[in-house]
Amino acid sequence: MSALALAAVGPAALPIPDLTPHLPGIVFGGLAGVSVLGAIGAATAPRIVHAAFCLLAALFGVAGLYFLLGADFVALGQVIVYVGGILVLLVFGVLLTGRTQVVLGQEGPRRPTGAILAGAAVFLGLLLAIGGTRWPAQPRPADPTPTTAPIGRAFLDPDQFLVPFEVASVLLLAALVGAAYLARRRREP
Amino acid sequence: MSVLSSLVGPLGPGPLGAAPLAASADMAEYVPVLVMLVFALLFAALNLGLSFVLGKKAPSNPVKDAAYECGMPPLSEAHQRFSVKFYLVAILFVLFDIEVVFLYPWAVYFQQMPAFLFFEMLLFIGILLLGWWYVMRKGAVNWARE
Amino acid sequence: MQQWLDDLIAGTAWLQALPTGLVYTIGILVACKLILLFSSLLAGEVVWLERRVSGRMQARIGPNRVGPQGLLQFLADGVKLLSKEDVIPATADRPVFVLAPILVYLGAFAAFCVIPFGYGLVAADMNVGLFLVLAITSIEVVGVIMAGWASNSKWAVLGAMREVAQMISYELPLGLSALAIALLAGTLNLTDIALQQEGWLWNWYVFRGPFAFAAFFLFFTAALASLKRAPFDLPEAESELVAGFHTEYTGFRFAIFFLAEYSAMILFSMLAAVLFLGGWSPGFPVDLTGPAARWIGFGILFAKTAFLLFVMIWVRWSLPRFRIDKVMYLCYKVLLPLSVVCVLGLSLQVLLGEVLWGDQSAFGRWLMGLGVHGGIR
Repeated sequence: MSALALAAVGPAALPIPDLTPHLPGIVFGGLAGVSVLGAIGAATAPRIVHAAFCLLAALFGVAGLYFLLGADFVALGQVIVYVGGILVLLVFGVLLTGRTQVVLGQEGPRRPTGAILAGAAVFLGLLLAIGGTRWPAQPRPADPTPTTAPIGRAFLDPDQFLVPFEVASVLLLAALVGAAYLARRRREP
Repeated sequence: MSVLSSLVGPLGPGPLGAAPLAASADMAEYVPVLVMLVFALLFAALNLGLSFVLGKKAPSNPVKDAAYECGMPPLSEAHQRFSVKFYLVAILFVLFDIEVVFLYPWAVYFQQMPAFLFFEMLLFIGILLLGWWYVMRKGAVNWARE
Repeated sequence: MQQWLDDLIAGTAWLQALPTGLVYTIGILVACKLILLFSSLLAGEVVWLERRVSGRMQARIGPNRVGPQGLLQFLADGVKLLSKEDVIPATADRPVFVLAPILVYLGAFAAFCVIPFGYGLVAADMNVGLFLVLAITSIEVVGVIMAGWASNSKWAVLGAMREVAQMISYELPLGLSALAIALLAGTLNLTDIALQQEGWLWNWYVFRGPFAFAAFFLFFTAALASLKRAPFDLPEAESELVAGFHTEYTGFRFAIFFLAEYSAMILFSMLAAVLFLGGWSPGFPVDLTGPAARWIGFGILFAKTAFLLFVMIWVRWSLPRFRIDKVMYLCYKVLLPLSVVCVLGLSLQVLLGEVLWGDQSAFGRWLMGLGVHGGIR
């Protein structure tokens, strides 16, 4: 049996309710709550560095959700790239501009209608995408099945993701050239 | 796509057959990770609380509460503008880190894969090494030059 | 973990009377608490080891008063730090300042849950264990930059910037040289990786040809740098940056940074021992998977870890500190290309020797590796 049966207490001798069926729901609620709260914090924090640190909670929550879906490799990739990389990049970017003490949200938005319309359009698009996707409902296999090797196989299979995979390396190359351009600018007086 | 797959030929069933990518690993093994994270959090928080209770509390004064600057009153703001060099290192890290993350599934799959797929990976690494060579030529991490 | 608990339940009568879920729950909680306690105590003892070895290398004695040979010194230090005043600078960003040490602690300790201390002596036997260690230790970076930023002190900000730049840069060669082992093992599960190295000494991954041999030293060097140990300790170089990112931290907040640093040392030494030095294998064929024998395996792994820790301390008193531009140069221009060459060379070696030709003898592996090496040159 699975050890996810954490709070599963069988006999009636112990008056603890059996929480096992609800456990994935509880964990999902917690993780989703963490990521939503983090995202709200990131959007509303008055200081820009705090917003970046709030993003940490949101990214962690999302990684946890990946774990809950059984996509362990993707979850850890999320932590390594986003928490260890992108977040640091954001904070460095803020420190680079030197505007760490600026308090955001003091001035009102200049064109609120345009912003609201754009936001609503994106939200609508997301809703449509979510509604249009067919979510395959399938029972979870009980035995451990590693996901890492199948991902590697999918990367190299011409029928699956070989072309996107190789194109990704070209994209990374383009980004590297952009980074080199940043370095070049620095040399000019 | 079809041209490519006819060039390479069928891969045959993978380690999982036709199973979807997000096929579950056993959830039971994730529980200790969560417990460990929570325990580490609690341990640190509890000890800090304990130190708050046990610790000495002396009246504060402006000199004690000032940031350390070799015994002198702090002169200017600590958050100065930083050099773009640090930002550049972070960009380079993110780019190469994505490469490393991409390489891991390949490494695990490596011993089961048909040998000719090696060249697909060689292409991937080759393109990135080209980028690495270009960035190094441009002196991106040459911090001593200034 | 689950396997172990199942064995335990099957072997103990009074446990069978209890509901299984309860036993699992308590088992996981106790195991995690034990690992946390063990690694904390060990971190304290490594502080003692560092001070004693440093003392010996400088022809002094080092702490030897509290407990036998000074072994309990860290407890005395801990109690002292607990009773110290907790000063937060007036200009500091309080919530971030308070949160930072907790995050650093999390990043240094939580990864112990996937390290196999012996066969089956692992809290979470995950099939992505190696990747999890890399992911969790990258949390530490965020804690460091939070600490430096929130302190609002020039030393702290400078130290944090340097340290973060160094830690993230050296994660690349670290990840790539660990990847070389994933390539040989075909799995990221640390227990499986250790099991594959059982038997004679030449089964250890460090001895699987010249590229694996080089990968071990790349891994160790990159680990030293991302642990900011000497000769890469310039983010905390006391002669130029006071104490780096934790300049403003006092009392137990400082102690947590200190503990985390030493626990990360233990973590990477243990990881290196499992990945490269055969895990709990003593170097000759012996079965260490039995319920009692696995504790012997734990002792052997512990000895290897202690040796690597000693080497880290030894290096500290042997090499002078690098300059920051040299650190960056070494990472991006030397270690990164070398580790890519290691990965490619190893993959060719595996491809030619172990896939096309069938599994080779140890001698054949070296020959194949040397052949690939010669071909590249």
